[in-house]
Amino acid sequence: MEKSVIETKVSQRGTLKKSLTNNAIYIVLVLLLAVLIIIEPSFLSLKNLGFILSQSATRMIFACAIAGPIVLGGTDLSAGRMIGMAGLITASLLQAPDYIGKVFPNLPRLPLFIPIMLAMAVCALFSLFHGYLVAKLKVAPFIASLGMQLAVFGLMSVYFDAVSDSAPIGVLDEKFSGFAQNSLNIFGFRFQYINFYAIIVVSIIWFIWNKTKLGKNMFAIGGNVEAANVSGVNIVKNMLIIYVIAGLLYGFGGALEVARTGSATNALGAGYELDAIAACVVGGVSMRGGIGTIKGIITGVILFQVISYGLVYVNVNPYLVYFVKGTIILIAVVIDTKRYTKLK
Amino acid sequence: MNKQDMNEQKTNLLDMKNISKSFPGVRALDSVNLSIKPNSVHALIGENGAGKSTLMKCLFGIYHADSGEIFLNGSPIRFENPRQALDHGVSMVHQELNQVQDRDVMENIWLGRFPMKGIVVNSQKMYLDTKNIFTELSIDIDPKAIVGTLSISQRQMIEIAKAVSCDAKVIVFDEPTSSLTETEVKHLFDIIGKLKEKGCGIIYISHKLEEILSISDEITVMRDGKWIFTGETETFSIDRLVSLIVGRDLTERFPSKDFSPSEEILLKVENLIGEYMPTVIDASFDIRKGEILGVSGLMGSRRTETVETLFGIRKRKGGSITFESKKLENSSAHDAISNGFSLVTEERRQTGIFPSLDITSNSIIANIDAYCNRFGVLNRKKIETDTKWVIDTLNVKTPNSKAQIQNLSGGNQQKVIMGRWLLCKPTIMLLDEPTRGIDVGAKYDIYKLIIECAKNGNAIIFISSEMQELIGITDRIMVMSNGRVAGIVKTSMTSQEELLRLSAKYL
Repeated sequence: MEKSVIETKVSQRGTLKKSLTNNAIYIVLVLLLAVLIIIEPSFLSLKNLGFILSQSATRMIFACAIAGPIVLGGTDLSAGRMIGMAGLITASLLQAPDYIGKVFPNLPRLPLFIPIMLAMAVCALFSLFHGYLVAKLKVAPFIASLGMQLAVFGLMSVYFDAVSDSAPIGVLDEKFSGFAQNSLNIFGFRFQYINFYAIIVVSIIWFIWNKTKLGKNMFAIGGNVEAANVSGVNIVKNMLIIYVIAGLLYGFGGALEVARTGSATNALGAGYELDAIAACVVGGVSMRGGIGTIKGIITGVILFQVISYGLVYVNVNPYLVYFVKGTIILIAVVIDTKRYTKLK
Repeated sequence: MNKQDMNEQKTNLLDMKNISKSFPGVRALDSVNLSIKPNSVHALIGENGAGKSTLMKCLFGIYHADSGEIFLNGSPIRFENPRQALDHGVSMVHQELNQVQDRDVMENIWLGRFPMKGIVVNSQKMYLDTKNIFTELSIDIDPKAIVGTLSISQRQMIEIAKAVSCDAKVIVFDEPTSSLTETEVKHLFDIIGKLKEKGCGIIYISHKLEEILSISDEITVMRDGKWIFTGETETFSIDRLVSLIVGRDLTERFPSKDFSPSEEILLKVENLIGEYMPTVIDASFDIRKGEILGVSGLMGSRRTETVETLFGIRKRKGGSITFESKKLENSSAHDAISNGFSLVTEERRQTGIFPSLDITSNSIIANIDAYCNRFGVLNRKKIETDTKWVIDTLNVKTPNSKAQIQNLSGGNQQKVIMGRWLLCKPTIMLLDEPTRGIDVGAKYDIYKLIIECAKNGNAIIFISSEMQELIGITDRIMVMSNGRVAGIVKTSMTSQEELLRLSAKYL
């Protein structure tokens, strides 16, 4: 009897703690929103919600893309530069037709899908090579992606320099800008197209992760590559597909990003991979591989956006915002580590 | 033509002929032959490092043999990867539990061959199929449970169910019972019986000779990567098996002991309890100078937790540890080591060896302070002398002291680890399953060593799941049940029945 009392106590405490750590991110998000609203009641408005969602849209796509390599047990530092490359390609091919300073003066007005598909194809090709390095040649993902990051930056800068003499590529075709920025008015709420794309991408990735063989294989490879191997999973093939999907999303997201911001330089995308990785980690994607949910990733992205937008909204020193973000990442990693470290 | 061949030979399901395989510095397999008949269980035995697992990995496509031929149903095959082996009806229950711990049971079972409905994995079918297999095999596990939350023996049963679910013709069981209780072993044997009736050929690898004599139809013995002997099980006795395995006659399985422990109590443990589950609960015992105290119990009886709490790697919540009338804290492994404790851990691969380091580093690591001058620079001479001492005294089979420990057999790895702790000159040795999964010859060497240590006035706590070895070399046996001490008995006056009865006391 005594024994069972001890065990119940221990396990009760364990359950409460577990549910707290498992839901930490939602608790933090709710608390943060509550604090922001208390400090500045005007924060609670449809307009602000719209801003936060629009700013989150491309980031959700990037986070969903990079989550694949992370769940496989690696990481992808090249993401930001791939996004930038996609942005440069689409921007250079989709400038306003009557703009005199076009980088390709003789280029006819292209249908949107051609440059976007081209950007996606180029990114997919680079990711395929990247995946080959990691899956087939077994290069450590950190190093492989670091190399890819530099190589891609070099190539895109050469392209940038060649077509526009390193001047920002702007004045985009309004069809292209509208593709991202136009909005639907739903009961007075401005819902930008870009949010629809994000919802579509997130839904597709959710479907792949949870419903398809590829998704389940991905978790298996990240969780225990040897088990996947002896169970007959084609590890190289599955990893390559995950990398290619990431590449396609970098391409699509990069195009949207440039359509949203209106111009591109070779600095576009710098550091985006770190934001995406941070959102994944805060959202419960384990850097050890094999663990993660789309729900967590999306919450992670929104949390960071609420911090960036909300803290500035209530006049917190922008430098301090970095501090807050950094602290939240560290807390998330500590929680992640704690959750998977058995106490002895 | 093939048909004719088959009729003539009354064919074997599987033939492996002249299989050879080398690793850097080691000839792991040397022209090995193995033939499996349908409707039979073929036991494959030999010391650790004899090449059994390597041979099976060559069959399954994990390794590729350097030379030799494999015939399945009379036709030559060569599997490039496990996928092809599975597709041809060869499946394997692996010695290491190869599972994805964060995913659920059914996903682990159907990994690599998920049932599909269009492009979607058919979870419902997966669930029902898993349920059906579990019912058929009388396994009571929720197909949606996360594998990492299950016990080792449950996980082992899942692996077995997985191998069975492939509808394979040839099924390899690589030490399937190493973590099963006796009831579970019986259960497994029932399953194997059914598979045999269905026409399967079973390859059964185990170190447990009694088990092999009761389950198998034929036995093949391997030694040092070579085929030694194949015969029908009825023609073997345990003694004959042991001498074939070891290559010499072992008149006794246990070395003799020509001394008794003194009356002086060296270590007294009272009401020991840990902070985190699973924990030892209120354990009290003492151990005398020169005594070997065996610890018996079922899986999950928390014997490991007991010694880990003593050694300071599990947090102690209460109770006292008294060493020669001095109270000890043992709040960390470092602390415990400086108090004269040493611990040979249960999971050799995970917490024992440093796989990629050489014998030298693996030998000196726990005692490294002793080789440093005051600037932290290591004394190479002294290190070499001590490593040589470990290799010689413990009879470690290795080309030299620079070999990576991962290239040695399990028994030799364990000897190095024992040597590592002996270099620390411990007075209390905690040994957690020191002979698990190692061969008969190495076991004997380790028993001898344990007895030698006791003779020198040390105290030894020896955890084992093999009751015979506990009865063979200990002075007293403490039986644990569900975290508690169920009783401490004098070895000379106890029996396996009594130990079993005690181990179920608090279930």
